[in-house]
Amino acid sequence: MSAKTADKIATAVIVGVAAFIVLVLAGLLGFILYRGVGHISFHFLTSAPETIRKGGGIGPQLFNSVFLLVLTMIITIPIGLGAGIYMSEYAPANKITSGIRLIVEVLSSVPSIVVGLFGLLVIVNLFGFGFSLFSGALALTVFNLPLMVRITEQGLKGVPREQKEASLALGLSKWKTITSVMLPIAMPVILTGTILAAGRVFGEAAALLFTAGMSSPRLDFTNWNPLSPFSPLNPFRPAETLAVHIWKINSEGLAPDAAQIAAGASAVLVITVLVFNFAARWLGRYMYRKFTAIK
Amino acid sequence: MNSLIEINDLDLFYGDFHALKHVNLEIPEKAITAFIGPSGCGKSTLLRTFNRMNDMIAGTRIEGKVEIAGTDIYSKEVDVETLRKRVGMVFQQPNPFPKSIYDNVAYGPRLHGISDRKKLDEIVETSLRSAALWNEVKDHLKRSAYSISGGQQQRLCIARALAVEPDILLMDEATSALDPISTLKIEELAQELKDRYTIVMVTHNMHQAARVSQQTVFFLNGEVVEYSETEQLFSNPTDQRTEDYISGRFG
Repeated sequence: MSAKTADKIATAVIVGVAAFIVLVLAGLLGFILYRGVGHISFHFLTSAPETIRKGGGIGPQLFNSVFLLVLTMIITIPIGLGAGIYMSEYAPANKITSGIRLIVEVLSSVPSIVVGLFGLLVIVNLFGFGFSLFSGALALTVFNLPLMVRITEQGLKGVPREQKEASLALGLSKWKTITSVMLPIAMPVILTGTILAAGRVFGEAAALLFTAGMSSPRLDFTNWNPLSPFSPLNPFRPAETLAVHIWKINSEGLAPDAAQIAAGASAVLVITVLVFNFAARWLGRYMYRKFTAIK
Repeated sequence: MNSLIEINDLDLFYGDFHALKHVNLEIPEKAITAFIGPSGCGKSTLLRTFNRMNDMIAGTRIEGKVEIAGTDIYSKEVDVETLRKRVGMVFQQPNPFPKSIYDNVAYGPRLHGISDRKKLDEIVETSLRSAALWNEVKDHLKRSAYSISGGQQQRLCIARALAVEPDILLMDEATSALDPISTLKIEELAQELKDRYTIVMVTHNMHQAARVSQQTVFFLNGEVVEYSETEQLFSNPTDQRTEDYISGRFG
């Protein structure tokens, strides 16, 4: 067989495999959207679910998902940034540092159901936070944090050495160099990564079953006192998120339209995660252009 | 001429590699001193000891003394940041920050604590004038530093270094990435600046050293082979190796 034929065959195989993956993905997305989009309406997105009657919505679940995401990010971003900066700029290159790096890698690949059970034992029971948004946020932090650390570290490592040296050569301290030159340059990478991590949090279910819980109290959306048990803003109340809700109505839903609700909620979830991804790409490109702009 | 930098018996190691060997040198104040020699001869390494940029490389070890204006810059009392303010540096590649032209120059002074707008404007203008760039950029200081040519970017980097008011300016092959016309402009600029600053330049280009500097140091394998006034070194070298190098027989 001549080199040319071999090359042609290899190209055909690679293109075939790529096309297959794209088809599977498109089919999956198309199927979810096709089944669910028809069910999405303003009423569906804003009203409370029904247990046995038709016409329930996903309002509280949607709110819970967003609120949990915000809580998780509030915990993850500062710790992740700090650890990432340490790993990239301060940690000496020795065995302890590579040990930490290994642990971070392992932590990010722990199955989420295991994180959930760990959360149940430690956060919910031992620390006594109960089934609550806060417990859920802590559990999500466990596997969001490694991602955040790695993103920050990669972002900072990607800053050209010349830029860093230029700042240090002006007599600026390491910290000032990091905050005023390196972080702005690394920002597009960090931001894109953060949004992608956020998308993952949004779709997570297994880690939340035993931490944030599978039920919501009757939320009163006129009560904005974060200490009241019925206020949507109370971080110490149980909260069923969208992904958990889909799982629940699929497995034990009693409402006659449970299948449609699950389909609609799935579509909402997929659309939201897609929006996160596109937002990340767009923002990353926008910031890259802004920083290197030729005006 | 008074010497501003004095190097006594300096040895520098990168791990096991002996990069500088028993260097003794005096660098005169308010003049241009050129370091020449083939790649890997230690000229950039020595330059980077003057603002302690070698500190960042793990496994670097130094023996001997580097004194600037009588102070041993490797002694414990010396604050590296204060030292680097006094010893500015221009790098091989133009490396402006991804900020506006104005912010590039104002960056150093601002982070060293100057926040008064008028004072900053003044520093930016003076620095850009000193770097012979003011007339070319004064109407678009808010534009990105990447919008100007490579040669202009390098002069912007010089302006940025001058903005923190150093006494010494280190130029690490500052023209090697530039075209001949931009190179000539930087050389002319260096000539003007030498009345106010002590300039040490590392160069690959012997003709540049001959054109621009007053003193020339020839390095080989981490050692100073010959050090004298530029004219003397190029017209009448005392060491055979220097003669071989400047006549193009190696390197």
